[in-house]
Amino acid sequence: MWLTRPLQERSTQVFLGVLFAALVVVTFLHLFMPQDSALHVSAFTVTLLGKYLCYALLAVAVDLVWGYLGILSLGHGAFFALGGYAMGMYLMRQIGDRGVYGDPVLPDFMVFLNWLELPWFWHGFEMAWFAFIMVLLAPGLLALVFGFLAFRSRVTGVYLSIITQALTFALMLAFFRNEMGFGGNNGLTDFKDILGFNLRTDATRLGLFIATGIALAIGYVICRGIVTSKLGRVSVACRDAEARTRFLGYRVERVQLFVFVVSAMLAGVAGALYVPQVGIINPSEFSPLFSIEIVVWVALGGRATLYGAVIGAILVNYAKTVFTGIMPDAWLFALGGLFVLVTVFLPKGIAGLLQKRRKAKTDNDTPTGQEATA
Amino acid sequence: MSIFQELTDREHVFEFLTQVQSPVDVRHGPILYLEDVNVSFDGFKAINNLNLTIDDGELRCIIGPNGAGKTTMMDIITGKTRPDTGSVWFGSRHNLLTMNEPDIASLGIGRKFQKPTVFEALTVFENLELAMAADKRVFPTLTAIMKPEYRDRIDEVLEMIGLKDLRDRLAGILSHGQKQWLEIGMLLMQKPRLLLVDEPVAGMTEQEMERTAELLTSLAGKQSVVVVEHDMGFVRSIARKVTVLHQGSVLAEGTMDQVSNDPEVIKVYLGEEA
Repeated sequence: MWLTRPLQERSTQVFLGVLFAALVVVTFLHLFMPQDSALHVSAFTVTLLGKYLCYALLAVAVDLVWGYLGILSLGHGAFFALGGYAMGMYLMRQIGDRGVYGDPVLPDFMVFLNWLELPWFWHGFEMAWFAFIMVLLAPGLLALVFGFLAFRSRVTGVYLSIITQALTFALMLAFFRNEMGFGGNNGLTDFKDILGFNLRTDATRLGLFIATGIALAIGYVICRGIVTSKLGRVSVACRDAEARTRFLGYRVERVQLFVFVVSAMLAGVAGALYVPQVGIINPSEFSPLFSIEIVVWVALGGRATLYGAVIGAILVNYAKTVFTGIMPDAWLFALGGLFVLVTVFLPKGIAGLLQKRRKAKTDNDTPTGQEATA
Repeated sequence: MSIFQELTDREHVFEFLTQVQSPVDVRHGPILYLEDVNVSFDGFKAINNLNLTIDDGELRCIIGPNGAGKTTMMDIITGKTRPDTGSVWFGSRHNLLTMNEPDIASLGIGRKFQKPTVFEALTVFENLELAMAADKRVFPTLTAIMKPEYRDRIDEVLEMIGLKDLRDRLAGILSHGQKQWLEIGMLLMQKPRLLLVDEPVAGMTEQEMERTAELLTSLAGKQSVVVVEHDMGFVRSIARKVTVLHQGSVLAEGTMDQVSNDPEVIKVYLGEEA
């Protein structure tokens, strides 16, 4: 089976081992270390780590299409945000009459806008199962329609990157409008509980952190399953020589569409887990800058390795937390400088460095698809 | 049978349902048949009333000076370029002008490009695996597993093209000649009925050329092979029948000796004004 194959390979076992060990250690330090101990992990830190894991899953999704399929998506933030909005709508409906205006059905911003009834597309989101399906379906459908049109017309390379950028920018502008019914520029916030658990308690936060870790593990295994399957090798073939792959009889546009939709859905899941942890979703997640930042994480971590994307996302966001704490204005310069340094000295990213060291130890052949061409 | 009976007959299989799967019909001899084909790019006639027939199992060489339309002809057969007028048939059943590139490829026409394009980030073995005749839709490809008989088939082709020792090396490290053989190997994995080989020995050493000649002649009979080549020595060593193209149409056709003594051909190749 393509999904169980990755579980037998060494690199995935190591990745999952490290991830689960980290989850266990954080949980242990949070629950069993006394508050005043230096080793205690506060609920704030747990949520912060959960946020990093969401970004890591998003980075894995981007690496799947960029590293293995050669599609540089500068609009993956759109899928992330759509998943986030689907989750946000569910959380809004869970507020019930506990909102500022106390309306049993309408979220606060609708009351504020003098709306009399719920827009049609808000129906169903009071049910968790429906909302969770929409978390996958909304980004998946957008990717399906967008990808179908783009790949059928054989739009690739820089042009596709520009269109994805335009896509997320257009969505940002649309979601900024109050008339869209998604809370305008304030977005959705003031969430109370999820599946009956109070979002403000430490236990729920820890639960969300662990859920995100598991989602990352599953997402990683799915991606790894795809890239180690024959379809993964076909993807690499599409990336390096699209016309040649077509002559071999593969429907390049369908391969691209499939992988793109899977990637969008994973990004949606990442967004859905992100929203309850940060407590808000607003149109700034659609901003083109955010989507470009994701690509920088993947480039820093190392393209076409998947685990490199995870390392990149976590490291860059940790650096961001530290830097914006010390010198908020210097962060973008630091990010830019880091990007330049890595491109010059580590063209294959941090993962490339790890591979080189491992290769020096055991001079074996590298696995498929690790030699990403720029 | 009346139309009404035909429509209500539950066992009746309509022809349009089976057509795509139907085998290539070569009962009449030719496997490839081009008639009165014309192509022009911005007024320039790349192909001018081209007529060409390739028999099943034949090894045919096509020669001609630069710009004679050799590559354009390949493009038409594989569906990359659509001719302005004319007809192109594969066997006597398949009209290639109504089909797209993947369909033509899966029908059994394999093409080796002028510049070798192998997948450099994949190993030699994986290159052949992707080229193997199989269900190439997305989900069957995702769930595909490497069966022993597939492995044997790949090893068999590796043996034929002489790359057995390089089985698990990345295709990117192969020499130019080895890449050309890998390409031919990839074509063979598709079990094609017709092989289109574009300049197989360009840039090869003398020994590599000899091995390529052996390889191509060993293929003829099982498959039909069309070789486009500049190198006269190489063509002489493999060809039984040669077609000379000039300015988009056939100038001469016959054995190498007949063709090379044809005054028209000599004129074109020696560059004299016609």
